[in-house]
This record gives sequence, C-alpha cells and structure tokens, in this order.
Amino acid sequence: MSGVVLETRALVKRFGSFVATQDVALRVQAGARHALIGPNGAGKTTLINLLTGFLEPTSGEVLLEGVAVTRLAQHRRVQRGLVRTFQINRLFADLTVLESVLLAVNERRGLGARFWRPVAGHAEALDEACAVLERMRLLDVAQQRTRDIAYGKQRLLEIALALAARPRVLLLDEPAAGVPTAESRELFETIAALPHEVTVLLIEHDMDLVFRYADRISVLVGGAVLAEGEPAAIARDPRVKEVYLGEAIHG
Amino acid sequence: MAPPAGRPGAGYAMLTVLFDGIASGMLLFLISVGLSVTLGLMGFVNLAHGAFAMLGGYVGVLLLGPGGLPFLAALPLVMVVVALAGVVLERLLYRRLYGATHLDQVLFSIGLILMSIATAVYIFGDQQQPLTLPAFLRGQIAPLGFDIGVYRLFLVVLGLCIALALEWLVQRTRFGARLRAAVDNPRAARGMGIDVDRVFTIAFALGSALAGLGGALGVEVLGLDPGFPVKYIVYFLIVVAVGGSGSILGSLVAALILGIFDVAGKYYLPEVGAFVIYAVMVAMLIFRPQGLFGRGRAH
Amino acid sequence: MAGPTEAVGAPPAPAPRHGPQRAPEPAREPALQHAPQHAPQHAPQHAPQHAAQHAPPGAAAAALARAARWSWAERAFWTLPVLAYFALPQHLVLLAQIAITGLFCLSLDLILGYAGIVSLGHTAFFGVGAYAAGLLASHGHGDPLLGLACAAACAGLLGYASSFLVLRGSDLTRLMVTLGVAMMLYEAANKLTDITGGVDGLSGMELEPLFGRFRFDLVGRTAYIYAVAVLFVLFWLARRLVHSPFGLSLRGIRLNAGRMPALGTPVNRRLCAIYTVGAAYAGVAGALLAQTTQFVAVDSLAFPRSAELLLMLVLGGSGNLYGALIGTTVFMVGRNLLANINPQFWQFWLGLLLVLIVLFARDGIVGAARRLRRRLGGNGPPS
Repeated sequence: MSGVVLETRALVKRFGSFVATQDVALRVQAGARHALIGPNGAGKTTLINLLTGFLEPTSGEVLLEGVAVTRLAQHRRVQRGLVRTFQINRLFADLTVLESVLLAVNERRGLGARFWRPVAGHAEALDEACAVLERMRLLDVAQQRTRDIAYGKQRLLEIALALAARPRVLLLDEPAAGVPTAESRELFETIAALPHEVTVLLIEHDMDLVFRYADRISVLVGGAVLAEGEPAAIARDPRVKEVYLGEAIHG
Repeated sequence: MAPPAGRPGAGYAMLTVLFDGIASGMLLFLISVGLSVTLGLMGFVNLAHGAFAMLGGYVGVLLLGPGGLPFLAALPLVMVVVALAGVVLERLLYRRLYGATHLDQVLFSIGLILMSIATAVYIFGDQQQPLTLPAFLRGQIAPLGFDIGVYRLFLVVLGLCIALALEWLVQRTRFGARLRAAVDNPRAARGMGIDVDRVFTIAFALGSALAGLGGALGVEVLGLDPGFPVKYIVYFLIVVAVGGSGSILGSLVAALILGIFDVAGKYYLPEVGAFVIYAVMVAMLIFRPQGLFGRGRAH
Repeated sequence: MAGPTEAVGAPPAPAPRHGPQRAPEPAREPALQHAPQHAPQHAPQHAPQHAAQHAPPGAAAAALARAARWSWAERAFWTLPVLAYFALPQHLVLLAQIAITGLFCLSLDLILGYAGIVSLGHTAFFGVGAYAAGLLASHGHGDPLLGLACAAACAGLLGYASSFLVLRGSDLTRLMVTLGVAMMLYEAANKLTDITGGVDGLSGMELEPLFGRFRFDLVGRTAYIYAVAVLFVLFWLARRLVHSPFGLSLRGIRLNAGRMPALGTPVNRRLCAIYTVGAAYAGVAGALLAQTTQFVAVDSLAFPRSAELLLMLVLGGSGNLYGALIGTTVFMVGRNLLANINPQFWQFWLGLLLVLIVLFARDGIVGAARRLRRRLGGNGPPS
C-alpha cells in the first residue's frame, strides 16, 4: 500500500491575533515513520490537535486516506484509524492498568455501549487487552491503579491505550518525554516493532532517536514547515541547523 | 425581589418600571461582581457568596440601628467588616480548595451557606430586618417626567461609579495588571514574581466587600432575612453564568438585563412569576454556554 | 477464557530486563507474573515476596469477575432491610421513606458518581415522577406498577430532552442549566394549581392493591415491602450497568473526559444515555413517594432538596452505589433523631459536616471504610 494516508492542505490556526499554524501542507506516506521536529512553541502539538480534531482549524483541510475529515469529530477519526497519544499523560488515575486498556479495547470492538454483561464476561476483549499489556510489558502491573505505577510505566500505558485502538495512522506526541534514556530505547523498540501497515507520525526532541527511527522529517518553526525531507538531507540543511539543531547535531 | 412600591391604583409608567429594574440590576451587579471575579479568577464556584451579602446586610442593620451611625458613614464600615471576614475565610478555608473539583467547591459552599443561615437565625431570629433610610434618600422625584425613587437613583449612580472604578482598577492599575495576569496564567504569573496568593486574597476580599455593600444597600429593596443566601443565590449565579465569569462588563450587562426582566415580569406578568427569569437564563445558556462576555477559560 | 495470549509484533526478547529497579510492590495483591516457562527473561528475582504466579489473563479475568460478583458484605447488606421489617415494625413508615430517598440518591450517584455530571436539578425528575404517578392515581388509574412505569417514562423523557442542554458548556453552565430547569418546573408546579394542587399539594389519590392483592395499609407494611422491592430490583439493574463495558466507559468519562474521544468514545451519547437512566430512576423514586404517602408536595422540587440529596450522596461516598444508600440512611436517621430537638442546631452541624467531609473525608463513609480496610491489610483488587 503506498500513497498519502494523512494530508493537510493550507492548514491555518489562529488564536485571536496569534497564528499558531501557518498554511501547513503536510503529507505523510503510507507506512512511513515520519518525524515532526522543531523548537518549543513551534506548533507541533497544535498540529497534532488539528489533525485529530481536538482543535478546529481556522481554515484549511485535513485528509485521512484521501477523505476530508476536517469537520469530523474526534471519536469518528479514531474509528477510522487515526489515533494519537498525548505529550502529558492523560490517563485514568483510579482505573487499573487492565481496566484502562480494556476501556480502549471495548471501544474499538464496539462494546462500549453494552450494559448487561459484566466487563469480565467479554472474553475476547479481555484477551485482546492482555495481549496489548503483554506487548507493552505492563502485565505485571495490570492489577494496579494507574496512579500507583511508576511514571515510565504510565508513559507505556499512554501508548498502550493508543495501540489498543489498532490505529492505521498513529500520532505520537513526544512519546519518550520524561522517560529515562534506558527505558526510552525500549519504548522505541516497541514502536519500531509496529507492523508496516501502521503509519507513524511522531513529535520528538531526542535527535538520536529521531535520526535512528525516522525515514522522513518535517521541521516546523513558528507554525510553518521550514524544511522536509530525508534525515540525511535535513541534517545537512543549513537553515535547519541555524534555526534548530545548532551544534547539537550528531548525525 | 418585591415589585416597586408605588402609587396605589395608578398604573406605573413603563419608564419607571424600567428604571426600577435598572436599580435592581445595579444591586445585583454589586453583589454578583465579586462572585464573577472569584469564579473567573480562581475558578471557584462559591455558592456561599450570598452569605457575604447577608453578613453585610446584618452589619449594616446593626450599625444603623443600635449603632446609630449615619447612613453614608456606615457603608464603608460594612465593607471593611465583610472584607475582613472574607480574608479570614479565604486564608483558612477557601484556599485549600482552589484545586478541587467544582463539585467539591459546590458542596463546600453549600455547607457554608447552611452554617451561615443557622448562625443568622440563632443571633437575629428569622424575621425580616427593618431598616430606616435617611431622609435625604426617601421619596420620589420626577426629573424627566416620570417618577423615580430617590433611593433607586442613588443605587444606580453608586453602581455606575463602582463599575467604572472597578474597570479602572482592573485596566489601569498595577494591581489590576497583576490580577489579569494571574487570571490568564497563574503559573506564569508566579514565575514572573507576582504573588498570586496575595492577589487572590485581595480579590476575594474586594469581591466580598462589594457583596457586603450590596447586601446592606439591598435591605431596603430586597429585604433581609436568614434565607437570603438561598433565596438569591440563583440570581447571582445567573448573573455570572450569563455575563461570563471574570468579566465586569458582562456582570453589569447581565445584572441589568436580569433586574429589568425580573421587575417587569413581576409587574406585568405576575402569574408567571420567576418562571420567566429561569426560562430566559436557560435559553441564553443554551445559545451561549460561555456567557455573554465569557472568556472561555478552561475550568 | 484463560489461554496463551498472542504476542503480536512483540519485540525480540532481550536477555535480562532493562530498566530501573522496580519499586517493591506492596504485598496486598498478588502481582501478575509471566509464568516462568513462557518467558525466561522475566526473572523471578524481581518479586520474591509475591505469592503464587498465575497465568496473566486468567488472573486478570478472575479479578475482574470477582469484582462483579456479589461479595459477602453485599449479601449481608441486603439482609438488613429484611431484618428491619421484623425488628422495627413501628418505624416502617420512616424506613420506607429511607428506601425511597435511597433510590433517589442512587439515581444521582449514577449521573454524578459514575459519569461526573454535576447537577443541582435532579429533583426535577423526582417531582415529575411524583406528579405523573399522583395524577394517574387521582384520575382513576390506580395500579401502582402502572404508575411507576408512567413515572419512569415521563421522567426519562424529560431527562433525555434536557440531556442535550446538560452537555454544553462548563461545569458552571451545567450547574445553572440543571438548576434553572428544576426551578422552572418548581415555579410551574406552584402556579398550575389546578393540576398540581400548588402549595397545598396533590391529594386524592386512590391506589389499587398491589398485584390486586396487597392493600396499602396504614401501618406501612405493604408500602415498605413495595419500596424495598422496587429499590432492590432497580439497584440490581444499576449494578449490572456499572459493571458492564458501558459502566466502565462512564468511569473513564468521569476520570478523564478529554481522553475518551481520543479512544473513539462518543462521549455525549453515553452521557445522554446515563442521564436518561438517572432521570428515570429519580422518577420512579418520586412515584414511590407519591404512592406510599398518597400525597405530592411542591417542595419536593425546591432547591434545598437538591442540596440535601447531594449531601447524602457525599456523606456515603459517591461512585459505588452503596454509598448512596448508606449516606441516605445515616442522614435521615440522624435528621429524625436530631432535627426535632432543634432545627437550627441540625442545620448548623449539617453544614459543618459537609465542610469537614469535603476538606478531610471526600470519599465519604464508604471511602473511609475502604481506606481502613486497605490499611488493615485486606486483600482484593483496588477499586
């Protein structure tokens, strides 16, 4: 499968007089590992919010697999396979890890509105949830409340929730944020192991990880796309170096 | 709120009713603006705000009656007393709940209401408190061809002055700038060296003082009994919800609209009563959930 | 149900486990470990203090299933109404009131404790249900169960219609809209005296015997059994609901409403649904009151009732159904004992109690009991 799965056309977002997103034309190829980098405040998370419907654009279009989804509600985009994670964990503090993932799995399986049989009575959903937990190495804390597990595990849970929705296009907002280096390697291995039918767009600051993992990079500065291309090209681009990478570049 | 006391039998000119509505609205504004500020500023749903107004009413009655103070001298004193009460309560109790859920704040303030009502009944009994206005505020005049109560004129003028003073305070003074910064982004404000806690306390005290003033001024128009906080809390909340929390202009406009509709409604459609008020409020909130001038602050 | 899970796309197993030392887990629950023969890299030295190692899906499923089963404490709880019938025959009228108010409080717990909807207007549905059943009975259709069904339908319909209002805006807007609708109904009930009886209340209801056999007697025996039976049936239904996937999604909405759409949940639809159910339950409670007292008073719609209801729920602890019943019982018994001594006294201490609960014991009686049990080393999944 090739082609553009996620695309924006002339996407603009204004907050009063502040322009957070300027005329962004992004194209993410199927199966890509596309990274979005840029200095703080460049509007990366805003872009993700616009892509997922968390925010409504001032003007412009968002297309998912060729279909315009600009006016589509968040949950409908998720049902079409566009799933995101949050930079700051948005978890369910009092639910156990298993319950949280089960919640996501239930929604995916269309069980969310079933009100008669208890949760444990839906065996397939339970199995699927456990499979996700196992993949994310969270089975050992499955019975603990989210508020009681370590931050690194919570971050894994944040991603597990997204994976439970079986995304076709996965938007990761700084997945390794706040996670110690050793664990973030593990995290990225999990992401790298995702099948190639899943397209990944990720925001990340750790350049090591970006250059190791991504096959395409877009650089966002001041809400507009400064440069886009393969990692090697981006690493060499003088404008990018000047604006963002500075001497921090290692690749 | 009681309909305007008027010439028995004679129909009131619509303008008089309008003016009375404006006066009522001013009173509502005075009491509610503090609630709007605390809600817009701290995101705190303080249903007990009416209790501060009630406190002001009782202090006013005490100062004017047994205290024997002249009317205009008693008013600032009322504000000081209520402001002090506000500071004490804010530091001791309210402060602990700034981060709490709105439900918790609602429950907490309901608890305070109950305590204040019980205390008022215990000290003052549950009858209406009488208040005698000074001679220069009694009676009616007709400067523009229709009757205007002197006291109500006084209320309108005073209310406008205070509204202007508040706008000046918020827009033109350093304190106002700090207040606005703290509203927009408390964390950033702290980072800039603004003592946000102190700003909150002062704002709370100011809001309570204004409520107390409104309560004292309102004894003549709204009456005063221990049920005051519960009877009128809905009105105050309407002003804040419709006007948009945190907006002084919004509170003023909403309070005026509410005052006019309430007085006119009670006068022209007495069978329908307060139903109109609630219907108008619900309708407005359906179409503009953030209020007329709401800031859309994420609560 | 149990069985080997498919580790789809699992990363190749690294030899020793990376990562920081896992903090020692409290011994209170059996941690889930991969059974050693499945995954040799998960060395058991991480958790020597834990009990037997279970195959993960089995243990997880078992724990969830356990939560859905009726515990011994629950069974014990439901013997109390039966015992009360025999032990306190002279208080059956009060006890019936407690059961009815408990149902009302339960309906609030469904929307507040589970879905997180802050409403000050829940009395509207109670009142609508009461008047629906009352009017039905006073116009010749005295079958109690028909009255209940009608009340549930009317209140549910009103709930459904107003649920769209409830979803818009912030917490304050929601509070005001719910309060506004309730006050509108209160004013309407006050003014439409030919229908509702106004301040004097609705009377003249003729209730037929229940099932054609059990007459409503003055002592309140039939009323009590009727109220408790209805309460139990509806409680059982609610319990199924909260343990279902729907119930889980409601808890998710309450805990983090912003996350739910990102999981694919049509949040508004769920909230409308539970709001409607809560309204219907409240309507049934109102109908029960009308039928057992054969009178409907307008002040059942007034604001202080809303405040009292919230207090009962918070006192018992929201979000677990039993808190609603416990809080109601404690509150009403307390009020009965104390309010007659001195109403102001009662009101003051009530206010103080509310303030203290919010500041120090937010999860109410049930929450405090749970924390106590946990500290005493009880076993069982956290919830």
